[in-house]
Amino acid sequence: MKPKGFDYLKATSVGEATEALARGGEDVRLIAGGMSLVPMLNFRLVEPSILIDISKIADRKYIREERGMVEIGSATRQCELENWDEVSEKLPLLAEALPVLGHYQTRARGTVCGSLVHADPSSELPLCLATLGGEVVLSSSKGSRTLKASDFQTGMLSVAKRADEMVTAVRYPVAERGVGYAFKEMSQRHGDYAIVALAAVASENKIKLGVGGVADKPTVREWENLDDNALDEALNTFAWELGGYDDIHASARYRRELVRRLGKKTIEEARKCRS
Amino acid sequence: MPQLSKDARHPVSCTLNGKEVSGYAEPRMLLSDFLTHEIGITSCHVGCEHGVCGACTVLVDGNITRACLTFAVQIDGCQIDTSECLANADGELSDLQKAFKKHHGLQCGYCTPGILMSLTAYLKENQDPSEQELREILSGHLCRCTGYVGMVRAVLDYCKNKTT
Repeated sequence: MKPKGFDYLKATSVGEATEALARGGEDVRLIAGGMSLVPMLNFRLVEPSILIDISKIADRKYIREERGMVEIGSATRQCELENWDEVSEKLPLLAEALPVLGHYQTRARGTVCGSLVHADPSSELPLCLATLGGEVVLSSSKGSRTLKASDFQTGMLSVAKRADEMVTAVRYPVAERGVGYAFKEMSQRHGDYAIVALAAVASENKIKLGVGGVADKPTVREWENLDDNALDEALNTFAWELGGYDDIHASARYRRELVRRLGKKTIEEARKCRS
Repeated sequence: MPQLSKDARHPVSCTLNGKEVSGYAEPRMLLSDFLTHEIGITSCHVGCEHGVCGACTVLVDGNITRACLTFAVQIDGCQIDTSECLANADGELSDLQKAFKKHHGLQCGYCTPGILMSLTAYLKENQDPSEQELREILSGHLCRCTGYVGMVRAVLDYCKNKTT
């Protein structure tokens, strides 16, 4: 399994990368950590003519707090966010999700933004972004724009990034006081893609549940505070709306059952974290 | 940096286990193939070639890296460490390697170099890991012989003797 031939360009700035994207047309791919892209190259599922390496763009390697958001640059690796001193305080949902994102070995190289662009429906970082209502910053040689999480991911492995754009940063909203956050997932082995992943946010009057791995992209529902039977009913309706699919890992029915049961547990956990 | 053409072989230099080495690679050449076929070391084992099995794990500038998910042209100028760097110059095994030998942390040994490099990086961050933490690290590697029991024992023993 070897990739098909491609030209290679190591970009040293966002400008250099976006100019190359503008010249290259549809057939260009960006590589940051490569943890999702290189397997697809090795299997020849993707055959770009040019590969632009954006992992060495020094000014894209940062985590900073600005206007109630934590902004993470496109060269920032997942392990760097996981080991960030303030991750538990500022992004408690991500602090729970990151340790189950792939393996220690892949987090050492995979980037936060790369995982969002790859947009696997059961992936942890897109789910957290959708649930928290974050945003993605895209740049091209013509300028930059910001998209809400719900407008960014359009479906399975597909995002609203144009061929001449690169994601330069992502912004996750900072945790609010008096709000509880919880993340749970079911996977066959530690480090596998989740069969179903769940992210819950519980505030005084509302609960929000994001579900990955059932529909073709992370899907979020918000309810006024519900308890027991009303919550079960709401989760059941949500599960049927999500649909789900059969694959070698699990049936659609099992996925819906996880939404009902593990979804409830995740919400309960988020409520506990409020205090 | 100029765009490297897919049809040409480009010079790639790196510091491998403390020594300067260089070779040539097309952009599509994986680091695992570069180390094995171009440089000629034997420890970078290729198992699955899509980042799942972990046999090809090496350190690039001290960071754990799947060599099969990295291109040789990406590591030009970097420092690469493979399991060849673990033993002393006279061939005496490192303490971690000795612990693996003592506790049967390997049988066929194909996955072992990658696992040793993962652990080398991890144990710098955490010198007193729990069994659960070790099992999570080892979950990034596939071993079809040992069932991981001996490896866990070996690392716990190594850490215990190191701290006392």
